[in-house]
Amino acid sequence: MAINWLYPRKFIVIVLGLVLMVFAGMSFYESRHLKEPVVLSPGVTQVKNLSDYFPDIKGTINDSNIYVLEGAKPGGTILILGGTHPEEPGSRLATWILAENAVADQGRLLVINSANRSATTVTRLGGGYPPDFTIPTEWGGQKFRMGDRWSNPLDQWPDPEVYIHYPSRQELAYVDIRNLNRAFPGRANGTLTEKTCYALIQLIIKEEVDIVIDLHEAELQYPVISTIVAHEKGQDLAAMASMVISGTEGFSIGMEYSPPALHGLSHREIGDHTQAISLLLEAPEPFLDATRGRTGRELLLEGKDEFVVKAGKHGLLFEKMDENGWPVEVRVGRHCSTILQILEIWSEENPEKSVLVKGIPSYAEVIEKGIGDFLHDPAKADPKRIYYE
Amino acid sequence: MIITILYYLLTAYIAFLIVWNLLKRKKWQEEILYIIILIPFLLRLFRLK
Repeated sequence: MAINWLYPRKFIVIVLGLVLMVFAGMSFYESRHLKEPVVLSPGVTQVKNLSDYFPDIKGTINDSNIYVLEGAKPGGTILILGGTHPEEPGSRLATWILAENAVADQGRLLVINSANRSATTVTRLGGGYPPDFTIPTEWGGQKFRMGDRWSNPLDQWPDPEVYIHYPSRQELAYVDIRNLNRAFPGRANGTLTEKTCYALIQLIIKEEVDIVIDLHEAELQYPVISTIVAHEKGQDLAAMASMVISGTEGFSIGMEYSPPALHGLSHREIGDHTQAISLLLEAPEPFLDATRGRTGRELLLEGKDEFVVKAGKHGLLFEKMDENGWPVEVRVGRHCSTILQILEIWSEENPEKSVLVKGIPSYAEVIEKGIGDFLHDPAKADPKRIYYE
Repeated sequence: MIITILYYLLTAYIAFLIVWNLLKRKKWQEEILYIIILIPFLLRLFRLK
């Protein structure tokens, strides 16, 4: 008698499918729940949350930590945003260096490592991104979540056919309803991303922030790169910083005007809706280029890619690209030095609103010592001084 | 929130249809195809991706 293999075969196929799903699911779960320690700098005087400024966000994944570094002398207040787009890891790593090393002598520095924490818990769907990456340190290494440009669909879903920005009513790409840097100034009864922007705006207003610096990285095929994008209120400051950095720090950075008709971006809406000067910094990241090769951890950290080099030879890039690439130390170092110069120029021009901070390494120091030299071992730290992102 | 719940219900319904079709197939190639299509629906239903 012939054996009917139909149902045993279906059973095997279903079991194989479930095994695949379990392994994939475990990887996604671990990535979403990876704990990233922040060993607080002695300069961190207080840790607040976004819900302190907008209670509706309490209990959500985006109730992000705000590290407050307050100097003994009164002065101005500067807010640094990392992780607006977590797939641009140079921004978060720069804020880690600030939160773990900076000490304010005068004024206040507010640091947010994960402005859109939801977006740190997912990678681009279908993008083949690594789930995480490790920065080598003397004590072994610190692992970080890779993250995406948009909030995790598990926290905000579905997307509309067309995203209509509030309050401008400008029509934007559907997926950008989950893009923190397209949702400013946000709204109190909106989506999670809009509520997060609203909470950030409340923070800026209530803490009387003078300058907001939003840290980013960009693909080399994007024209807004290696630059400071400035709201009208910050054009003089940005232009001066651009000149001083390009003349003294060992790298060039440009300055561009924030387009008045392009809505939802931090450099436009924070400047328009609050008293603060809004600036956005862009560093080059070949990992994001459309013509890149394998999207692995090496490309993310070393920034080397033969296909992006080839694109450069065809004149398709807005930044130089050679076999040396754009290592993450260079990208993070650029952010650190640009922040240092902005603080210095602001303090010279506004003595009563000075923000004097020590402990932030310069571009040259980050390249020489590596990022890991500025990350501290949580195993040796006072548990009360460790926070998790 | 209501729209999100409706989308999860829709996802569960489509996952059910995929399983139903998988059980009806006679060719092993089609069974493999259906099981691969099913995975992202289950990952979303279990809130993993």
